[in-house]
Amino acid sequence: MTISRETAINLVLALLLLAVPFIAMQLGKPFYVTLATRMAILGLAAIGLNIALGLGGLVSFGHAAFFGIGGYAAGILASHAFSGQPLDFGLFAVPGSKLMPVIWAAAILAGGLLAAAIGSISLRTSGVYFIMITLAFAQMTYYFAISWPAYGGEDGLSITIRSTFPGVNTLVPQNYFLICYALLVVGLVLFALLRDSRFGAALQASRQNEVRVASVGIAPFRIKLVAFVISGMITALAGALYADLNRFVSPSMLSWHMSGEFIVLIILGGVGRLCGPLAGAMLFVMFEYILGGLTERWQFFLGLLLLGVVLFARGGLIGLLAGRARHG
Amino acid sequence: MAEAVLAIRDLCKSFGALRATENVSIDLVPGEIHALIGPNGAGKSTLIHQIAGTLKPDSGEIEFLGKPVSHIGAAERARMGLGRSFQVSSLAPEFSALRNVMLAVQSRQGTSFRFFKPVMRDATLVEPAMAALERAGLKDRARVAAAELSHGERRQLEIAIALALGSRAFLLDEPMAGMGPEGSKTLTGFLDGLRREAPILLVEHDMDAVFALADRISVLVYGRVIATGTVDEIRSDPEVRRAYLGGAE
Repeated sequence: MTISRETAINLVLALLLLAVPFIAMQLGKPFYVTLATRMAILGLAAIGLNIALGLGGLVSFGHAAFFGIGGYAAGILASHAFSGQPLDFGLFAVPGSKLMPVIWAAAILAGGLLAAAIGSISLRTSGVYFIMITLAFAQMTYYFAISWPAYGGEDGLSITIRSTFPGVNTLVPQNYFLICYALLVVGLVLFALLRDSRFGAALQASRQNEVRVASVGIAPFRIKLVAFVISGMITALAGALYADLNRFVSPSMLSWHMSGEFIVLIILGGVGRLCGPLAGAMLFVMFEYILGGLTERWQFFLGLLLLGVVLFARGGLIGLLAGRARHG
Repeated sequence: MAEAVLAIRDLCKSFGALRATENVSIDLVPGEIHALIGPNGAGKSTLIHQIAGTLKPDSGEIEFLGKPVSHIGAAERARMGLGRSFQVSSLAPEFSALRNVMLAVQSRQGTSFRFFKPVMRDATLVEPAMAALERAGLKDRARVAAAELSHGERRQLEIAIALALGSRAFLLDEPMAGMGPEGSKTLTGFLDGLRREAPILLVEHDMDAVFALADRISVLVYGRVIATGTVDEIRSDPEVRRAYLGGAE
């Protein structure tokens, strides 16, 4: 069996990220473990967006809403677990939880519901209007979080102690990295399956030519809506991981800067490419750390890099290394 | 006459003051090629759009397979078996010819919400798609991206897609447009056989092809059908000659 150049590059990237924490511990620099964890989490969030943006051509400028709601799901459940007060939904109440699988499920559910609501309205528009309406929805969630004192409002919400996973000491940074890395791999596998499936075929065809999709009898709206919901779920899961990494969630997770950052990650790495989001996240976090240590204005240089990619390497890092994407 | 597969009654559509379709009534019966001819701007493509469901008529009825379809969308009409080719080819440009046809096959099977099985390893998709490509004469070009196909090949691909849909009627909007004489001849032969599978409503400017193929011809001028009849009837109709053929024979 021969493997394509892109697969080889993907494997190298994935193994490189996996190696970082072990090398970091050897070098006695545990902070690098946190950086690697950030890479994995941002990569997962961008994989979510890559389903909508890369496969479906849906330029969502509001994915921070899903990232943030995942973060708040984690923060709110943890705070209720800490206080012992059940979470009151009016008709019913649920206890808080410190268990990661429970928190993840809640984040995915919340992200999926929010994406269904936002998508069912936004997807009736396209192009610039779609970008603006997703931005507007995300900003609504942002201002809602700021003005909601029960969970910290503008100050955000601290998570007293990192949530737990059965059989794993999550307080050890390498362990938490491995959990995030495993979920990243699940995200990658899911993306690859989705892309090559019937659903993925209909989704990618909708990006290329909606009229064609409708004229073979597939309604593009439903396809795009389901893609948007799956996309929101994955990004929300990443948000829950991010909250647990920082032991803190604040409205800044919901702000449009975050949405923009996800788009930047994908463009840097390669739009629609399996490991584009991961490559972008690794590049971004590295850039932020190295340049951020040299100058406060590191984002100026990030801007230059982005400009270079858009002008000279449309396929991002993956496109540069592996050439153009092929569709059987 | 046999029961009509497609029946259009009193269809009207205006764009502002322009009456693009005015009380148009035509039908399509099994086994026939019904050609729709008329000068540029007569409203032929507008009519095709309304039949396919991509444009909403102002009034009138469209019946397909005995059911009124005016209220349902383009995707559902396609699923009922209304296959269509576009005046300007409309394909998924990045996908190969094969994958373009496979999309039609998966739609016909009603299974676009499958998330895990890779399509390229799915014989239930690849085989029918290959068969349709072979019939349309594109088998050798199956793996070429639609964007890289020649103009004529794209028209063939559109027909392959309509074949793969198992269409009960075909709406073909100028399939010969831009084809060389050789391509037109091949396609004429192909359409001649295709009518046995499902009737064809054919919009075409190539009069040689129309006169060779059509069982019936309707002439559309300024949104109105001014005549419907056999090739001979249309050729000798004085109004048609004045309005369209210009007596140039």
